[in-house]
Amino acid sequence: MALPASLLLLADSRLPAGGHAHSGGLEPAAEAGAVTDLPTLTAFLRGRLATTGLVAAALSAAACGHAARTRGGDGGDGGLGGHEGWSVLDAETDARMPSPAGRRASRAQGRSLLRAVREMSPHPALDALAAFSAPHHPLVLGAAVAVTGGSPADAASIGAYGAVTGPASAAVRLLGLDPLAVHRALAELAPQVDAVAAEAAGHARGDPRDLPAASAPALDIFAELHLQANLRLFES
Amino acid sequence: MTRHYTARAAVRAELGAGGRTRLATLRSDGPYALRAAPDAVYLVGAAAGPLGGDELHLRLDVAAGAALAVRSVASALLLPGDGESGAHVRAAVGPGGHLDLAFEPAVAAAGSHHRSVTEIALADGATLRWREELVLGRHGEPPGRYTARVDVTHGGDPVLRHELRLPDRTLQASGAVLGGARCTGSVLLVGPGLAKEAHAAEGLAVMPLAGPGVLVTALAADSAALRRRLVHGESLARAAVDTAENTPAGTGQTPAVRFS
Repeated sequence: MALPASLLLLADSRLPAGGHAHSGGLEPAAEAGAVTDLPTLTAFLRGRLATTGLVAAALSAAACGHAARTRGGDGGDGGLGGHEGWSVLDAETDARMPSPAGRRASRAQGRSLLRAVREMSPHPALDALAAFSAPHHPLVLGAAVAVTGGSPADAASIGAYGAVTGPASAAVRLLGLDPLAVHRALAELAPQVDAVAAEAAGHARGDPRDLPAASAPALDIFAELHLQANLRLFES
Repeated sequence: MTRHYTARAAVRAELGAGGRTRLATLRSDGPYALRAAPDAVYLVGAAAGPLGGDELHLRLDVAAGAALAVRSVASALLLPGDGESGAHVRAAVGPGGHLDLAFEPAVAAAGSHHRSVTEIALADGATLRWREELVLGRHGEPPGRYTARVDVTHGGDPVLRHELRLPDRTLQASGAVLGGARCTGSVLLVGPGLAKEAHAAEGLAVMPLAGPGVLVTALAADSAALRRRLVHGESLARAAVDTAENTPAGTGQTPAVRFS
């Protein structure tokens, strides 16, 4: 099956949704000396993928499933556009993000993505999310995939992919690494991205309480340290 | 010959006469024993391990208004064996109740494969202190495989769902996960009167949650440094307290737990 262009747009880093302003924790990790070269970057990306990447991908898949089931306007909970379900997913996302800085970054990126996708493809499911002043990024991504006809597995793939491409691109800018070498590292990670996406998609229909909650203690510490830094190129 | 055990232990704390907590149930079997001391109930392991294949189930009930502290007398050395070892803790705390659950560190010895599952359901107005500490391998040895998940709800709403997955050394070494630290740990406080502002230093973050709690997370090279960081972080998490009217989770005082 051909890759649908509407989904490629959502995975594209050129989507004007503010993603370029976030390094996924790479900037404070580089500042702390935890990422200095290609091997340490690869280890960082693998760790991020297996933890917050898995969680974000699973939340995106669950959000996609919810958006598809409620169809935006009249889905099963009193015509609120699935509002109750979105509230549950919002709370489940918060409970998996202990870092206040991490929650703010997720909500800031969610708000930017929602603005972009509502321009691109207006849909009641997106209006339902706009009821939140700043919905979490994985929930907006899942809803956006649903309204463009994608599946929870698609949402999980885009979520897992974004978990590594963002920090990889930030590493090129911050550490002056060879872009070709960084992309070779991403290519070598591709099977693991697919495996994480497959695991995440497997949770799309289950109880949101049981979604993965893999944590990354170092990323949490870095997220908070980042706010104390004097000079920051990235917001997170 | 390998023999596995499944140990079951249960504690129920109730509010007794004079506002003291009374232990209505204190039950244990297998190689684990529960012992009531004036300050806490202690989990006492009578055998090495757990080994792969061993299971421990601990059930804690804290009735409305009661306060229970649960400790262990020594660190748990997780050892290899026949398959996974498991620890399952389920706790329910009633309105106005307080649970303080802090075991000594788990040490994931080389070749071990352990899974820990902790579920804590707090009623509205219940408070919690929960600590976990992990040491990856004994001195100079590579660690075993380790997974620990904790789910904490308050009035039915999720406060924290947090899982440490260390299936191999890659994640331990990753700068995103443990950054090569041999020890990691957390303290979760749930209740009123806690810090509203985050704090971070090398190897330490004090993080106010979206719900009514603060998570302290630390990384360190050894267990003594880990404990120091967690103690420091916990004091910062309670630093918002400035009145005498705050309730137990905020005051830094475990309420007098006297069992009668």
